[in-house]
This record gives sequence, structure tokens and C-alpha cells, in this order.
Amino acid sequence: MSADSFFHEAVLFMPVLLKGLGMTVLLTLAALATSVVVGLGWALMGASRFAPLRAGSAIVINFIRGIPIIVQLFYVYFVLPELGINLEPFVAGVIGLGLAYSVYQAENFRGGFKSVDRSLVETGQSLGMSDWLIMRRIIFPLGIRVALPSFGNTTVMLLKDSSIASTITIAELTRAGQLLAISTFKNGTVYTLVALLYLIASLPLARTVRVLERRLSQQ
Amino acid sequence: MIALTGVRKSFRGRPVLRDVSFTVEAGTVVCLIGPSGAGKSTVLRCVNGLEHHDAGVIKVSGREVTTESLPTIRRELAMVFQKFNLLPHRTALGNIIEGPVHVLGRSEAESRREALNLLERVGLTNKADEYPHQLSGGEQQRVGIARALAMRPKAILFDEPTSALDPERVREVLQVMRDLAEEGMTMLVVTHEMNFAREVADRVVFMDGGAIVEAGSPGQVLGDPVAQRTREFLDRVLHPI
Repeated sequence: MSADSFFHEAVLFMPVLLKGLGMTVLLTLAALATSVVVGLGWALMGASRFAPLRAGSAIVINFIRGIPIIVQLFYVYFVLPELGINLEPFVAGVIGLGLAYSVYQAENFRGGFKSVDRSLVETGQSLGMSDWLIMRRIIFPLGIRVALPSFGNTTVMLLKDSSIASTITIAELTRAGQLLAISTFKNGTVYTLVALLYLIASLPLARTVRVLERRLSQQ
Repeated sequence: MIALTGVRKSFRGRPVLRDVSFTVEAGTVVCLIGPSGAGKSTVLRCVNGLEHHDAGVIKVSGREVTTESLPTIRRELAMVFQKFNLLPHRTALGNIIEGPVHVLGRSEAESRREALNLLERVGLTNKADEYPHQLSGGEQQRVGIARALAMRPKAILFDEPTSALDPERVREVLQVMRDLAEEGMTMLVVTHEMNFAREVADRVVFMDGGAIVEAGSPGQVLGDPVAQRTREFLDRVLHPI
């Protein structure tokens, strides 16, 4: 693979790969939103003073965390139809990745919530705040600042793990690369480009998180 | 206003309050003094339900402190903490209006106006938009007092409000408390400031080992204590060297 032929092939392959990258970004953002919402749910259950909710949260987290993501995706895409639930590949990918990642988000939130000083909770109590108000006004806004760096890591991991969705026929970056490689036999060029595109996509993510972090810590 | 009768509490089998009874009449100042570990702060924390007492009765405005009554009671009692406990993500003003707006449901505009008045009262007009970490300890504690006042409480609990301050910052906080006392605020104060207790308190309660050793006027408890234990404590506090 000479430099000359690499650039020549790159120009040819780029449109297909960029389309795949677009799908990867879309899939990542949708799964990210799902994982944050669901993960916050697990974390709030885990912070409840109601023991069954706490136990439920712990069980779900350990259950989901113990199963490989690819198996979870297969379950959503191949097994649910047997139960009469047919999902588009993209929707199945968002649900599978979102659920799988919700437990990591839950752990991020939990760590953040736990870092909030107990004395500030007592301050809220002595002001007459309800548990929910203390969560909303004190624990959440302070905990989120602590959770942010690990939230950034999780997001980069999710971007990379979205490649697993290639196994359920979603035409994202890895899948696009696979199809190109199979039809052209230019494995070196294709997978180098795929790797570079993942790398490029992850950089702005890390940067966004750093900017957010700096802005929040100024307060 | 605040009445404790036979209050007991243990932590893991170790008694920290043994049969504590006293009252704080409306419009008076009661100072709780005694060595660390005497249970003074625990008394305060039982009054507004941050701790649960095991036995005995605590009444605030004639209403017994129970899990059910706590929301009501906490709106009538404000608390000032040793380490200020300001919310680090809110400005001085934001800390003061937090309770009025979100707990009492008052309008934000009205609460801001009142908060600015309170800041003026504690001498911090120009610090409204500063964050806690930009304020000195004494300033933070005065914001803490303004935050307590913003709830328009019937009484304020002070938990060693000057213990975490540099010596030269103590005076500015005590002055604010003295003004409050003169205006007739009901105050229950855990403190090591014997001069403050002598000059401002209507009653002084001396505790040791989770029990009240003696209680009375400041002149009597601090000037002419009956119990040997009180005398030893005062001697050590007033003549540390």
C-alpha cells in the first residue's frame, strides 16, 4: 500500500465511509440519550430511601452488566421478534446499546451523588426540603459536576462500542468498512480510514466534556 | 417555644443524651455550654429532627417533634451550622432565596428583595453575587444567618456558629447574633463563647456526659456555679494556660 494508492483509494472510499460515520454518530447520540435517561432512573432508584427500589436497581445493574453487549443486541434484534416484537435494526441498536450503557451511566451518577457532602443534605433538610427537592436542588447539580469526567469516558466507549451494531445489519461505519473491504480487498486502506474516522469522531466528544467541566467548576 | 422533656438517645448502645429536659421561652436566648462530646449538638439536631431521639418528648410551638410533624416544624426553625454549609453552587443571594422560593413557594422577585435587605442587615450588601468560596469564613457564616432569617423562623438553632472561624472573624458573627437577640429572636445557641453567653443569654445550660449538670441565669451558672464539674469546666475554659 503505497502512499499514492492510499490517497487515491481514500478519495474513492470516503463517501461510503462518511455515510457510515453519519449513522455511527446518529446511533451513538440516540443510544447516549437513552442510556442517560434510563441510567438516571436506575441511579435515582438506587438513592431512594425505599429498600425494594434500591434492591431492584442493584439487581438490574448487575444483570445487565454481566451480559456481553453483543448478546444483548442479538436478544433485542433476533429474540424479541419471536415474542411478536419486531424492531427496525436502528431502533433495536438504540435500545440494546442504550440499555447496556444505562448501567454504566447509573454508576457514574451514583458516584457523583455519593460525593456530595452529607452536611449539605442536612442543610436541605433543615430548610424543610423534601427528599426529592434535595435531590433536584442539591445532590443532582453538585453530583453531576463530579460525574462529568467519567461521563465523558463512557461516551467515548459508547461511540466505539456502537460498532457492535454492525452485527445487526445497521450500516454504520464498521459495517460500511466491512462491505467495502469484502468487495474491494483493500483491507489496509479501508480499516485505516475506519480507525481514523472513529478517532476523529471521539476527539470533539472529549473536548466538549472538558469545556463543560471547566464551565461548571467555575461556579 | 421549644421544650424538651426526658430526652434520651444512644448511638450504638452508647448513651449520648440521658434524660435531658429544658425549655426555651419565646423571645429568649438559651446558650448550651459544656465540653465536646457532652451532647450539645445532638440536642440541637434532635430538635429539628436531623437525629431521632429514642425516648422523651420534644415540642416546638406546642407541637411534638415526630416524623409526621417534621416538615411543619422545620419551617418554623432555622439552623446555623458550625461549618456554614452554604451551597457551593449558588451565590450568597442564591443561598438565601433557596428556601423561601423552593420550600415556601414565595415569588423570586420578592425573595430577592428581602434577601438584599437581609444581606444589608448582616453587612454584606456588596457580596450578593459572590460564591461561597469567594467569601471569608465570617462572611459565609453571616450569609448562613441571613439564609436562616429568610425563612422568617420562629426560632433559630445555632450549632457552634463561631467555632470554625479565625479569631478575628468571630466578633462580626457574634455582633449579628447579638443584634438578633436584642430584636427578640428566640435562639438556642451551642457555643464556647463564654462572654457571649454571659452578656446575651437569658439562660445558660451546662451539659456534660449527655446530661444537664446545671442550668440558670448566666450570672449564676457562669459566675457562681453550684456543681463542681461546672467549676472545673469554666476554670479550664477561662484560664486555659
